[in-house]
Amino acid sequence: MKNKVKEYKRRDNIAGYVMLAPWLFGFVLMYFLPMLISIYYSFTDYNLLNDAQVIGFDNYVRIFTNDDTFWQALKVTFIYTIFLVPLRLAFALIVAMLLNTKHRGLGLYRTIYYIPSIIGGSIAVSIVWQQIFGNKGVVMSLLSVLGINQEVSLLGNPKTALAVIILMGVWQFGSSMLIFLAALKQIPGSLYESAMVDGAKKPTIFFKITLPMLTPTIFFNLILQMVNGFRVFTESYVITDGGPLDSTLSYVLYLYRRAFTYFDMGYSCALAWILVIIIAVFTVVLFKTQNNWVYYESGGE
Amino acid sequence: MKSMHKKRKLDAVIFHVVACVIGFFMIYPMLWLLASSFKSNETMFTNTYSLIPEVFDAATNYMNAWEGVAGVSFLTFLGNTVFVTVLAMVGCVFISLLAAYAFTRIKFLGGKFWFSCVMVTLMIPSQVMVVPQYIILRRLNLVDTRIALVLPWFFGTAFFIFMLVQFFRGVPKELDEAAEIDGCGKIAILFKILVPVVKPAIMTASIFAFYWVWQDFFQPLIFMNTPSKFTLSLALNLFLDPNTYNNYGALFAMSLLSLLPALIIFIIFQRYLVEGIAMDGIKG
Repeated sequence: MKNKVKEYKRRDNIAGYVMLAPWLFGFVLMYFLPMLISIYYSFTDYNLLNDAQVIGFDNYVRIFTNDDTFWQALKVTFIYTIFLVPLRLAFALIVAMLLNTKHRGLGLYRTIYYIPSIIGGSIAVSIVWQQIFGNKGVVMSLLSVLGINQEVSLLGNPKTALAVIILMGVWQFGSSMLIFLAALKQIPGSLYESAMVDGAKKPTIFFKITLPMLTPTIFFNLILQMVNGFRVFTESYVITDGGPLDSTLSYVLYLYRRAFTYFDMGYSCALAWILVIIIAVFTVVLFKTQNNWVYYESGGE
Repeated sequence: MKSMHKKRKLDAVIFHVVACVIGFFMIYPMLWLLASSFKSNETMFTNTYSLIPEVFDAATNYMNAWEGVAGVSFLTFLGNTVFVTVLAMVGCVFISLLAAYAFTRIKFLGGKFWFSCVMVTLMIPSQVMVVPQYIILRRLNLVDTRIALVLPWFFGTAFFIFMLVQFFRGVPKELDEAAEIDGCGKIAILFKILVPVVKPAIMTASIFAFYWVWQDFFQPLIFMNTPSKFTLSLALNLFLDPNTYNNYGALFAMSLLSLLPALIIFIIFQRYLVEGIAMDGIKG
């Protein structure tokens, strides 16, 4: 019965903490302290200039009961994520299956399809997207060539503006495609061979072999992309600035405006924590559902 | 036999047609940006869709882009971006590497606890932390300095620590035990034995770090005020203000110039990216 602490060698403790020290310093300065500060300010009225006034749960109460813009931003972000994630994954899977064949030039296609994912986060790409779908943009000029004269562009119309932003997200399917491609190559060829011997048709093979074997990858991607979906900002800020009529106002853009347009820091911190909780709930729910549809070969490790 | 051959050929044709159509849509926005950066401002919005400029005016556009915006030259923005990106990238990868090594190869008190802290930060989006980070940087008098843009990245990120931990776990411990018997210290083991083995993972992390910091827009937007300290992505944002500017040719030229380093790095190092992503995705 050794003392638990003595299991660790003194020298290893020192070495461990020396190695960890830089990260630990950054963790405290950029995560732990900000987290504490953020929780505290979310219960205060604070505008950077005056001292923070503790107001209890007022910010949270105001957000849920007296803030239509919050509900709008939440709705926009939900719609964005609910459409973006499945569409992007479906597209990534279809293209990955297309590329998981034996043809020439596969490497070149893969590179071209991956480029949008690489540069997609750049504001330059958002600028291009704005110009393509905007008032004097590519779509409008094509339509007028075809003799269809539209008054409002897709981005100017509150009904379609969000769809344009979702399309930009789907366009960046490249990194999911690479992950699917790697996963497809891992599926043992013997499974397909025996299915062929049994005379299975292509759709059957897809739904009975390919898809089940991919579910761990799909699950991993689903969580990753969902978190990414909830934090959309640049597109919403650059392409439409949340408009028209708040139809593309993302949650993070609203949080940003609360903090740096209205200087309502306390309120903004409260919004941030609500987002953290929403993401946590969705992650937990997804993890709970995984037993029902995710297939692990080794019996769910 | 012959019909088999014919069918194969038809398959290949269909494949290439489909792949090229998809490829066109993937690449069109970039080609459009390139073409538009060559168009003169007067003809910019006649037949906007066209990839062939009616009137070439690349010289004016790129000269204007080079002059920059708000009295600050393009080179200054580029210099700021390189400074921030290089410093953030080196710090981020190196410190993540040290942490991942400690977590996988050294048994120390509290190690498991700190690793669970890493996993928590993995789930918290950086956008959520940015307001309190701003408040702290303001207290430290660091707002509106380039250091403010480096700090959030410099001390490593959970994503890289997690990724490198996965890689280290794949390296047999016998390797470092043998080295230890030969009299190697912990630091020598890390740099002489492990780093060469996980070099691809380090490359992947470095390239990712480059992209994230180079293209970051949210943090600069919040932390910076003075145009002479802006990074490229913020400088582009200055161009967008419709009240002060509508020089689209220069905007497109500058957008393209800001993307160029990212594209060049991608073309040179794409092997590491492709392998790295595939690896992360499967290990999950």
